Amino acid sequence: MATRVLDEADVSRALSRIAHEILEREKGAERLVLMGIPSRGVPLARRIAERIAGIEPGADVPVGSLDITMFRDDLRMKPARALEPTVVPPEGIDGRTVVLVDDVLFSGRTIRAALDALSELGRPRAVRLAVLVDRGHRELPIRADHVGKNVPTSLRESVRVRVAELDGVDEVVIGEDA
Amino acid sequence: MTSNGTTYLLTDVRPLGGDPVDVRIDGESIGAIGTRGSLAAEGAHVVAGAGRVLLPGLVDLHTHLREPGREDAETVATGSAAAALGGFTAVHAMANTEPVADTAGVVEQVWHLGQQAGLVDVFPVGAVTVGLRGERLAELGAMADSTAGVRVFSDDGRCVSDAVLMRRALEYVKAFDGVIAQHSQEPRLTADAQMNEGELSGRLGLRGWPAVAEEAIIARDVLLADHVGSRLHVCHVSTAGSVEIIRWAKSRGIAVTAEVTPHHLLLTEDLATSYDPVFKVNPPLRRPADVAAVREALADGTIDIVATDHAPHPVEDKECEWNVAAFGMLGLEQALAVVIETMVAPGLLDWAGVADRLSSAPARIGRRTGHGTPVEVGQPANLVLVDPWARRPVDPAASASRSRNNPYAGRDLPAPVVATFLRGRPTVLDGALCAPAGPRP
Amino acid sequence: MNRHLLSAADLSHEDAVLVLDTARELAAVTGRAVKKLPTLRGRTVVNLFFEDSTRTRISFEAAAKRLSADVINFSAKGSSVSKGESLKDTALTLQAMGADAVVIRHSASGAPHRLAHSGWISAAVVNAGDGTHEHPTQALLDAYTMREHLAGGAGDLSGRRVTIVGDVLHSRVARSNVLLLHTLGAEVTLVAPPTLLPVGVETWPCEVSYDLDAPLPKSDALMMLRVQRERMDAAYFPSEREYARRYGLDARRAALLPDHAVVMHPGPMNRGMEITAEVADGPRSVIVEQVTNGVSIRMAVLYLLLGGAEPA
Repeated sequence: MATRVLDEADVSRALSRIAHEILEREKGAERLVLMGIPSRGVPLARRIAERIAGIEPGADVPVGSLDITMFRDDLRMKPARALEPTVVPPEGIDGRTVVLVDDVLFSGRTIRAALDALSELGRPRAVRLAVLVDRGHRELPIRADHVGKNVPTSLRESVRVRVAELDGVDEVVIGEDA
Repeated sequence: MTSNGTTYLLTDVRPLGGDPVDVRIDGESIGAIGTRGSLAAEGAHVVAGAGRVLLPGLVDLHTHLREPGREDAETVATGSAAAALGGFTAVHAMANTEPVADTAGVVEQVWHLGQQAGLVDVFPVGAVTVGLRGERLAELGAMADSTAGVRVFSDDGRCVSDAVLMRRALEYVKAFDGVIAQHSQEPRLTADAQMNEGELSGRLGLRGWPAVAEEAIIARDVLLADHVGSRLHVCHVSTAGSVEIIRWAKSRGIAVTAEVTPHHLLLTEDLATSYDPVFKVNPPLRRPADVAAVREALADGTIDIVATDHAPHPVEDKECEWNVAAFGMLGLEQALAVVIETMVAPGLLDWAGVADRLSSAPARIGRRTGHGTPVEVGQPANLVLVDPWARRPVDPAASASRSRNNPYAGRDLPAPVVATFLRGRPTVLDGALCAPAGPRP
Repeated sequence: MNRHLLSAADLSHEDAVLVLDTARELAAVTGRAVKKLPTLRGRTVVNLFFEDSTRTRISFEAAAKRLSADVINFSAKGSSVSKGESLKDTALTLQAMGADAVVIRHSASGAPHRLAHSGWISAAVVNAGDGTHEHPTQALLDAYTMREHLAGGAGDLSGRRVTIVGDVLHSRVARSNVLLLHTLGAEVTLVAPPTLLPVGVETWPCEVSYDLDAPLPKSDALMMLRVQRERMDAAYFPSEREYARRYGLDARRAALLPDHAVVMHPGPMNRGMEITAEVADGPRSVIVEQVTNGVSIRMAVLYLLLGGAEPA
């Protein structure tokens, strides 16, 4: 039994709100970089950048992608997976505010790995975290700065984010794990 | 060791697979044969045959017992036990021991060790050349005249590749009706060879042992034997081409005999893909077409006998890289099983054929008159009782051999040997060794 | 991926492309300031070399270290390989030391296979060259190099024509390359004097030619194999000069290649024998690149093999 907790319009509103929050918090789009975590964090980061440009005409926020596979701490438990590209915008990240963008925040381990991966690429002035869904159950002292929607879940449930660019539809669905 | 004069009555047995009869053993000989229930059981140990097959005791013309020199691999006593469990009453012990069996002294020692063990007759094979070095003839006459009465001479493991030396050896043994058993392997064509040369050796990166290296020597030797009018025996024929040459030689009346090993009747080169040296042997395992050819040749008599080339090796010589591992595999305990599986079951050979190929023919080639005799009253009671139906997976750990390089490990094969009698004395009863190996000095 | 990499035949099309793609991402990472990834922190990779090969050992060592693995170099050359127990004893030692992966180079064909399947050791085994059998990571780095130059660094090598020249009989590189290139869709032609081709080569998934000039105009990549001078003594060919004339790559022959074609060599080269210095150092040569790519490929292989493995 799958339940849709966000539909296309919900996703759109959430991303717009995150874009506004980021601008408000950082007091503008200057020296901002969005780094999406593959795979679904990357299109979400692009969309947030587009919305920022819509709010602040002329703002061109660089978007990159940050593959964290080689920094994960669960290689022993899971089969090795194919790597996704890491793309650093030509402007670099040194001295900038990097907003990590991911679809779901769960244990926090992905973000821990992302922070490690990021530190290999340079030294940002600050790092923020934006996620579409926060489902709870943190295992590390990590929290998001910008959350599209808090979705309380049980550990038995799975949260699936679909984005139009990769899945043909924008939605967030909760299901029982098989 | 002689029989103790006990009488055995084998009831309901089928000599050479024929009609069921009772067979009484009196002392060292077959005392009586009669219809079922016709012979008095009084005072006799009864062995219930239950319709099983009775054959003359098997004779192996090609066994490596390793003693003297490599007692860590096998001794005459342990090899004799393995032979008895395999249904053999006589084996021919190859000369490549340390020291080499190239003098009367060494062959007599081996002969006596065999008698002490008392489980099979151990007939030593004499080396053709001193130290197997292929340079000059060993004292063949002295070995022939010794207590061991050697008639089979071989540099097995090495080929007598020098044509002149081979010619002289063939000529020389005519004086005492000897035979040269040749390990046919052209040495230059097989330098550092590891397995059959073909598509697979190329793929596995193992140096090839081409069929032509065997066939070229056999072709030369049959022509030499013809030329000098002597007897040639070809060891472990492994290729279809060799079969063709021997068939041609026999058709010309050349006095050539040939053997095939159990492993060449059953196993093929693809086993090398495991790189497990238990399958490393010389000559190497060949292609399925070669296996088919040697089976057919054994059936039609082109190949005269099955000989085991039982080659024990200690574990450290096999638990290693293929290239550095020793050549050879065990054979005594599974020889009859493999022959039943590959020849009897498919209908290529009947039990009389088995008796010929594994007993009377090898005894004849080795000129051993006390073995391979018919199952008839008055003949020596060298017998093996065979259960054609029993099967079980081969367990190398259960072997009486000191070594464990058994290529049939885990394979489901016939388990035919129920009882073996050496001159009236049981060496195996109910599939188990009867008497421990004789006391060692 | 299988648990071990013993033969190029162990790699499906999907596996092979995955290794190449992974290596490409890793090359990008190591191209940046970052030379080290934490991926294999706490894991032990043993380089077990029964045969000298400094370049291959260094390549594997660099790969393992860039992934933060602990590296133990075990050079067993000279310790009696003739008494084969040493492989088993060494394996048991490595097992006791908790090796997660063993990279093995051995002069005996099948030694890695034996190590992987004997039950002596639970580590993942990577064949770094065994006798005249295979050298799968070399084939992978060759395929990677070709893919960068001939296929835009993505996908497979469908329809690309690769000519491999020289001592195929004794070459583990040739065996692995034929298998892998075939898996990746390339069309391979082997060129050698008949004496240096294995029996049964006609069953391999490739073409065979005794003449080098013929396949050159349609070759996208040309790989020259090392030919040892000692082979001459065993009558594989009459003289160095004759070999070089019939099967060596010189400027005249290189000019027969299409403009986009690359020249490769697994090294070490016999300059003047199978390849002239002029060609080896010329613009078509990607020989140095092969070495660079070797590290990325070996990182990819170690990463992919050790994923999901139980802690030692």
